[in-house]
Amino acid sequence: MMTTLKLVHLVLAFVAAPLLLGIINRTKALFAGRRGQPLLQAYYDIWKLLRKGAVYSRSTSWLFAAGPWIGFAAVVAATTLVPFGGLRAPIAFPGDFLVLIYLLGLSRFLLVLSALDTGSSFEGMGASREVTFSALSEPALLIALAAVTKYTGCVSLSDMVVATVPRLWLDAGPIVVLVGFALLIVFLSENCRIPVDDPNTHLELTMIHEVMVLDHSGPDFGIILYSAALKMWLLGQVLVGLVVPVHTGILWLDTPAALLSMALLAVLVGIIESSMARVRLLHVPQLLVGATTLSILAVVLVLR
Amino acid sequence: MICVLLLIPAVAALLSLLVRHTLVRRVILVLTGVGHTAVTLAAWNTTPQPLLNGWLMLDEAGLLFLTITSILFLACSVYAFGYLAVQGAGKQQDYEEGTLFTNAPDAVFCACLEAFLATMTLVTVSRHFGLLWVAMEATTLASAPLIYFHRHHRSLEATWKYLLICSVGIALALLGNFLMVIAASRPGGEGIAIVVDALIENGANLNIPWLRAAFLFFLVGYGTKMGLAPLHTWLPDAHSESPSVISALLSGALLNCAFLTILRSYQVCAAAGQAAFCQDLLILFGLVSIGWATIFILGQTDYKRMLAYSSVEHIGILALGVGIGAGATFGALLHAANHSLTKAMLFLVAGNILAAYKTKATTEVRGILGVLPWSGVLWIAGLVAITGMPPFGAFLSEFTIVKAMIEQGRTGIAVAFLAMLALIFIGMTTAFLNMAQGRCASDLRPPGKVESVLAILPPMGLGALTLMLGLYLPPAVDSLLRGAAATIGGH
Amino acid sequence: MNDAADIVLVFLVLTNLMLLGLSRLGACIRMVALQGIALGLLPLLMEGGRVELHGAAFAIAIILLKGGVFPWILMRTLREVNTQREIEPFIGYGKSLAIGTLILVVCIWLSSRLPLPEPAMSSLIVPVAFFTIMSGLFLIVSRRKALTQVLGYLVLENGIYAFGVALVDKQPMLVEMGILLDVFVAIFVMGIAIFHINREFDHIDTDKLSGLRS
Repeated sequence: MMTTLKLVHLVLAFVAAPLLLGIINRTKALFAGRRGQPLLQAYYDIWKLLRKGAVYSRSTSWLFAAGPWIGFAAVVAATTLVPFGGLRAPIAFPGDFLVLIYLLGLSRFLLVLSALDTGSSFEGMGASREVTFSALSEPALLIALAAVTKYTGCVSLSDMVVATVPRLWLDAGPIVVLVGFALLIVFLSENCRIPVDDPNTHLELTMIHEVMVLDHSGPDFGIILYSAALKMWLLGQVLVGLVVPVHTGILWLDTPAALLSMALLAVLVGIIESSMARVRLLHVPQLLVGATTLSILAVVLVLR
Repeated sequence: MICVLLLIPAVAALLSLLVRHTLVRRVILVLTGVGHTAVTLAAWNTTPQPLLNGWLMLDEAGLLFLTITSILFLACSVYAFGYLAVQGAGKQQDYEEGTLFTNAPDAVFCACLEAFLATMTLVTVSRHFGLLWVAMEATTLASAPLIYFHRHHRSLEATWKYLLICSVGIALALLGNFLMVIAASRPGGEGIAIVVDALIENGANLNIPWLRAAFLFFLVGYGTKMGLAPLHTWLPDAHSESPSVISALLSGALLNCAFLTILRSYQVCAAAGQAAFCQDLLILFGLVSIGWATIFILGQTDYKRMLAYSSVEHIGILALGVGIGAGATFGALLHAANHSLTKAMLFLVAGNILAAYKTKATTEVRGILGVLPWSGVLWIAGLVAITGMPPFGAFLSEFTIVKAMIEQGRTGIAVAFLAMLALIFIGMTTAFLNMAQGRCASDLRPPGKVESVLAILPPMGLGALTLMLGLYLPPAVDSLLRGAAATIGGH
Repeated sequence: MNDAADIVLVFLVLTNLMLLGLSRLGACIRMVALQGIALGLLPLLMEGGRVELHGAAFAIAIILLKGGVFPWILMRTLREVNTQREIEPFIGYGKSLAIGTLILVVCIWLSSRLPLPEPAMSSLIVPVAFFTIMSGLFLIVSRRKALTQVLGYLVLENGIYAFGVALVDKQPMLVEMGILLDVFVAIFVMGIAIFHINREFDHIDTDKLSGLRS
């Protein structure tokens, strides 16, 4: 029974991930006074891309073709590590959050390699920006998770999530808020949302993630889109799991609560995107250092 | 009597703001000085009664610094009488840049000067640390408009630095007050009041880590006002841009008052057995100050800034003296008196030179002995005194300090000290003697100015006093100094 | 960690960190105003719910002064001197944030070496007070505009106030009067000084106030 449930949870992740994109875009459209794209638009896009043919440049090698797929494999592997609702992850062991972070890092690494493989300076510029910002956001993420480890006393992501109960908020409220904020900023940075990167822009000066995958087409690009959606789902799960204290153990309560929280997170991201402008490229490190500072503050408060 | 001491300058300040007639105002200024000095000298005979439940009391160290302040104010008020008569009310031309500026109103100058005296008097008689702090804050506020007397951008810059840096220092000293209260608190009940006498009495019951922290903050906070390096950065600017009268008072009186507050906290720490900790810190700051001053005196081209750095040096010597302890404390207190008198004299003479030559550069002033004979002689006498040569008093005080150093076996510090004094001697002597001797260039020759009595008498009087202190220490002064040194140094 | 006082103290730390990283002067002034309001509430929370008339009146006075009057004076000065942003400071914003975090850690270590004789309501008060003092000093040293230096001075005073009121309930009057006098006078005087500086120099760049050297 439990194994089936865990498989269901995996399937849910795979199926529902692109829906997040739809919710975010819908929220932004509402703010702009438009009707906006259909909620399932991301699915249509991916399906369309998967049926197209791919174009490969003569200057690329096998890495360019293989990169997105290996990255996709990494993200799928990461999906098995993330707990959902009241369920523990299919694979859980002490220190699994480190493996999660590095699997996501691996997928980014492969995307960067494919970008560099094209030999174009345009992709190289995007790759270098992406890598810089991820290097700055990684300490924030790791230190925030370290704070959580310390105050829950658990070293496995599943245990940490299960330990997030209302009692925790009473005991360590400020710390949870700080961790939540730090993780939110990291979430926005890793998924290339405003205020770090504008997913809709196609201006050379401002693109980060988009320019990195500019040369991919067809199924490769479709898989990249899907991996990005899945990564957003995973990071969102981690954020929601550590902050929202609904883990009663009753499946029929926890799962809808988790789904609702994910939807609310997507709406929140939509609101943030609609109400802020992109931060100047020079100021993005400042923002990320700020996130790191929040994490360090959380750790300091826990250790005190 | 303490009441009278405080009221004379305070009332005079109010009067200066209300009185319209300029001459009357200046006469009030001089009379304040005379009255204040008279009461102070009376205090030498009869010890004044403590006021406000022991919050205001005049002990030996307080009386010493009060006397110095009073004598300096008297000399400066007489000098200011003549100075204000020369200063115009309308637009003046700036010596250095040729731009036009105005002066602050006469009333503001006189009132602030008297308020300055009142606040400094309050510092010398306060025994409560909170009241002491209020008084020190008040001195900052009273002296800031005085620095901004000549209203041009350089003096504004100097005033801004003075305000900011001294306010930060005072804020840190306030924190020191709080830490002292914590150190004096007793678990579950009334703490010891932060009055010097009460704290010394209960010295053994004070909380040591908090007391150390309090002393550290006092040293840094009040050290900023005192001019200890590296917190002295406001000093050269403020001294070089303010009128010479004000520089004389700042250097001679204000720095001493800040020194007194540090001495009070040192007394409390010594009573708690932390004398060694405090002395190490004082020696460190003292040596750094003297070293810093040495570097900036060598090759200095502005004679007023050179005098300012010399003040930093002598403040360092004061800190060093108290840090060494034993006989050096006596030397430090004597040196406080000598330095104040000599520095004030030098600043007043510098004012004469500036008024005559209209330049602050040591390279351009030549032949003072020819042009301003009296000022020239006083200038050279001041040089001899400030660099610590006999027969002036500074020699005696510095000698006492070195003697104590060697007696304690701190020969390294003594050697460094003497080496730095030698370097300062070289730096100052070359500049000053070049200024005094030689032939004045005809285009710089001031148009037949006769030195007024009011500009010569005050520095001459101060010089005579420091000469007397070097040749013959009156028994009353000697016993006062020994009493003060005993309360501070030895327990 | 279950005290309202702790939340206010953490908020205080956050405002300090934000001040270290912000470059817009108007936002900085608002941060300092928020700090003032938080500090006004602090003594009421430290008492643990027992609010006397005297304490409440004083808290309201502090909130009005630090949260209303001082920022208003500074905003007026800001409009007069017609600047919007701090130009490139001596220590960049990212580095300032990193140094600020380091200072926080040092302050926490320092306060562990200085145990209070009587334990106060919250164990965070000593490190946060020290941290506020240090960040005030840091702002004064590392920024160029005179207005930011005045803000740094205000933050310094806030830190000292936090120390004073929360710990020194033995001599409340002295503390309160001392700090109020200090800040009021400082703001008045510095506000006037900045006005003069702007009139004299046409800017409030203290880095350019370097006519007097060595």
